[in-house]
Amino acid sequence: MKRVYVNEKWCLGCHLCEYNCAFANSGLKDMAKLKGKEIYPRIRVEGDDKITFAISCRHCEDPICIKSCISGALSKTPDGMVEIDKSRCVGCLTCVLVCPYGAVIQDGDGAVQKCELCLKNSSGAPACVAGCPNNAIVYEER
Amino acid sequence: MAINFVNPEFEVVRNPNRCIACRVCERQCSNGVHSFDPETGTMMSDETKCVDCQRCVALCPTRALKIVKNECQLRENANWQQDTIYEIYKQAGSGGVLLSSMGNPKPLPVYWDKILINASQVTNPPIDPLREPMETKVFLGKKPIMPERNPDGSLKTNLAPQLELSMPVMFSAMSYGSISYNAHESLARAAENLGIYYNTGEGGLHEDFYKYGANTIVQVASGRFGVHEDYLSAGAAIEIKMGQGAKPGIGGHLPGKKIVGDVSRTRMIPEGSDAISPAPHHDIYSIEDLRQLVYSLKEATQYTKPVIVKVAAVHNIAAIASGIARSGADIIAIDGFRGGTGAAPTRIRDNVGIPIELALASVDQRLRDEGIRNNVSLVVGGSIRSASDVVKAVALGADACYVATAALLALGCHLCRTCHTGNCNWGIATQKPELVKRLNPDIGSQRLINLMTAWQHEIKELMGGMGINSIEALRGNRLMLRGVNLNEKELEILGISHAGE
Amino acid sequence: MAKKYVIIGNGTAAVGCIEGIRANDKDGSITVISAEKHPAYCRPLISYYLEGKAVPERMSYRPDDFYGKNGVKVIYGESAEKIDADKKQVVLESGEKIPYDSVCVAAGSRPLVPPFEGLDTVPVKFPFMTLDDAQNLEGAISEDSDVFIVGTGLIGLKCAEGLYGRVKSITVCDLADRVMPSILDTETAEMMKKRLEDNGLKLMLSDTATKFDGNVAYMKSGAEVKFDVLVLAVGVRANISLVKDAGGDCGRGITVDNHMATSLPDIYAAGDCTESMDYSSGNVKVMAIMPNAYMQGHCAGENMAGKDVTFDNGIPMNAIGFFGFHVMSAGTPDGELYEEKSDSHIKKLFTKDDRLVGFILAGDTTRAGIYTNLIRNGISLSSIDFDTIKTAPNIFSFGQEYCRNSLGGVV
Repeated sequence: MKRVYVNEKWCLGCHLCEYNCAFANSGLKDMAKLKGKEIYPRIRVEGDDKITFAISCRHCEDPICIKSCISGALSKTPDGMVEIDKSRCVGCLTCVLVCPYGAVIQDGDGAVQKCELCLKNSSGAPACVAGCPNNAIVYEER
Repeated sequence: MAINFVNPEFEVVRNPNRCIACRVCERQCSNGVHSFDPETGTMMSDETKCVDCQRCVALCPTRALKIVKNECQLRENANWQQDTIYEIYKQAGSGGVLLSSMGNPKPLPVYWDKILINASQVTNPPIDPLREPMETKVFLGKKPIMPERNPDGSLKTNLAPQLELSMPVMFSAMSYGSISYNAHESLARAAENLGIYYNTGEGGLHEDFYKYGANTIVQVASGRFGVHEDYLSAGAAIEIKMGQGAKPGIGGHLPGKKIVGDVSRTRMIPEGSDAISPAPHHDIYSIEDLRQLVYSLKEATQYTKPVIVKVAAVHNIAAIASGIARSGADIIAIDGFRGGTGAAPTRIRDNVGIPIELALASVDQRLRDEGIRNNVSLVVGGSIRSASDVVKAVALGADACYVATAALLALGCHLCRTCHTGNCNWGIATQKPELVKRLNPDIGSQRLINLMTAWQHEIKELMGGMGINSIEALRGNRLMLRGVNLNEKELEILGISHAGE
Repeated sequence: MAKKYVIIGNGTAAVGCIEGIRANDKDGSITVISAEKHPAYCRPLISYYLEGKAVPERMSYRPDDFYGKNGVKVIYGESAEKIDADKKQVVLESGEKIPYDSVCVAAGSRPLVPPFEGLDTVPVKFPFMTLDDAQNLEGAISEDSDVFIVGTGLIGLKCAEGLYGRVKSITVCDLADRVMPSILDTETAEMMKKRLEDNGLKLMLSDTATKFDGNVAYMKSGAEVKFDVLVLAVGVRANISLVKDAGGDCGRGITVDNHMATSLPDIYAAGDCTESMDYSSGNVKVMAIMPNAYMQGHCAGENMAGKDVTFDNGIPMNAIGFFGFHVMSAGTPDGELYEEKSDSHIKKLFTKDDRLVGFILAGDTTRAGIYTNLIRNGISLSSIDFDTIKTAPNIFSFGQEYCRNSLGGVV
């Protein structure tokens, strides 16, 4: 399946992906409306002053988060994407406890959230990829 | 601390309603203009450091930023303008020679903008490039004056070596060192894709780029950095750099801090040592000396590669070109006074040399007058800004144009003219790894390809309008040009009539 | 010939087992014996049910068509009476006999009810284990109820949280001197206790009921607690009898190897009813936690279907949250301690022999899975920049090679 990959060689550590992610999933009309709000991006930039890259859900072949989800909120789509049904999530955070990438995060609203490749929001394709100024983040089959 | 007489040149205007304090501007500014104030949760600016490169503006996701000219101005004075006064303040403070980058920004005449192109009406119908074939291919190199035949009557085909260009444009010399690895890779890949050439400049050729050799012109300059047999053999042509339009008559100086890692290896000089290119080639004091170097290089490459001699456009350019044409060189490259540079003394850049349009016209005329025009091809550079500049140059007599500034702009350069600081926020004129990586050659090469493809379309449109379907038929066709706002002398040198004539 | 699989129990481990079997055998018949009359759901959800965050029709662990799609026959409302290992059949309470080629005991656990004096006089009392318990409890409470919960373990406190705001008062007692004694250390328990008390819970620690009389509990300390509803959450016991009676090895749970096989042929066990090796400490214990149950079930299922699969890195781990305050723990609190403390958070990491073996995080649990991963995969700390990971869990500090391998081959 197509996944979001990051090529650290081109990652600038600008953190735009985090804001593009937060905006794409906010439902807001204008990114400026994020002003003053705490953001909970599903992708996050890591690294030091030389090497940086961004991490989001890997959509593991064998996802431990799904195995650990007590409410059945996490599941795999037929395409292989790990998705979350927020209406079922009770916010127990067991998935946070087990995700080896730290890619599941609290949403600030009692549930958890994770990268769903922007397939459920109005972007339709990963906003982090579209907004990456240096093509460091790509969405492709590997 | 002494009083700083120089006000910040720019003002950073941040729209507080749009700024979400994402700090992208802060992370992206290598000059340290932006910072986050945790106490107020807002972004701050240190405008004294801003060079107006617009990196922050371009990356601000909410378009909250603009950089504007500082309205705080000295009292107006037509003679003592603010720039002039500030230069005096700076020199009074430092005691040094002022340094600048990129081309001459002074309001000197741009002759391209005073020349207009013809179009066919009624009697000689225009050609639609979308329907008819249009040839933009050119060959650079020595051409035979007459067809020559063997004793059995067959044509002699052993032409002097030629460069084949899909369109009459090449990327001119920018050294690895003055620009980044990724900028070089972008240029090399684009040249290969486009079927044109890029030029190593005088910094040698990085080993990774030997594979682009078929589209590479290797340069030999007064410092002879990175020149060795493999290097000479790697390229499709060899260029001897005698001068550069931005700084005629002086050499080059790449500071030791830029001579790091691969740059040092490629230049074959120790890390941290200044790379000083002398003003003259110490073995060239005459056309005869030049001829020796031309033939040395030909000898070293078994006469398989054309040799280019590049000179700056200066007062006696026609005579100089005539000499070069007789030196055995295959191609003459002339660089006008608006050509760019990674660093030049401001006074030189802004006051030395002549416009390329005039130089080209006079050189082409002189070589024709002397019957040696076919000895050489003519390539001109020094601020070729668009397809119409290319068409005008060809009509004035050029075989092809060199572009560099336009190529850098395609890569993201915003002409902030601070290349010499080495802090290029666009990853072009820098060797800092964290800045170099900002230029992804996948993107860079594609943008160059796009630009040149667009120019090629436009060249075809302009040619078609004139009823010309081959760029060869346009070369030196000055009847296709008319001048506006030009005096008799200028028209005479350009060899064109005034509009309406 | 198609194999006959029987799964005793219908919880998380059973679902894991079904998926493990079906990943390898599409044809064999699967029979699930479910004492509860519900499709598989996760027991931890029942407190969220009380809280209103989960509704029964959406509590299923798998979609409604799960059993149908997987060709599973579920016998609801029946319990297994015994396993006849010789005849290879499971005997139900009803007397029905179900033959098997291999069986998985995923029978879970049951509440432990200590013999309190006078408990039979208490008119309204419940355990808190099943959805039925939760629904019964919900039917018994009103806005005027005083609820008394015995046990400050996970079950007791989650019950309290579920009831929070729906009843007049909640009192929780425990003989231990701190809340969640089996999971938390003194400091984190103290922080948690404060959080609970701030939200109006009444806690009686180092104290328990010695006697009940109707709606009054007489405490060891001499206090008397009046209540309308009693919830007994003292603890749980693994359901081991099916295997034990059949002659299989058992400790506090059914003994299984790393294939989830019991000591009896073709009998597997998974989930809360088993005991197995804790990878973080090397000790055998009952690790009655959800992710292990699934993974054990899956492992058992795969082996039942003829594969050779092991699951050997189960560790105790818990994610608990009360009133928005989250605590996570995993592994074994043993070895060298790294700790951070502030008013709002506690972090304790335990390292031993170049491995992370345990952690407790309270208040800030961001990216805790990175620590869990370190424990579960026994990653050598000297091979990574653990000093950085200690302060903030991140992937970068695992080094380029790890990143390259785990993030898709580019980094």
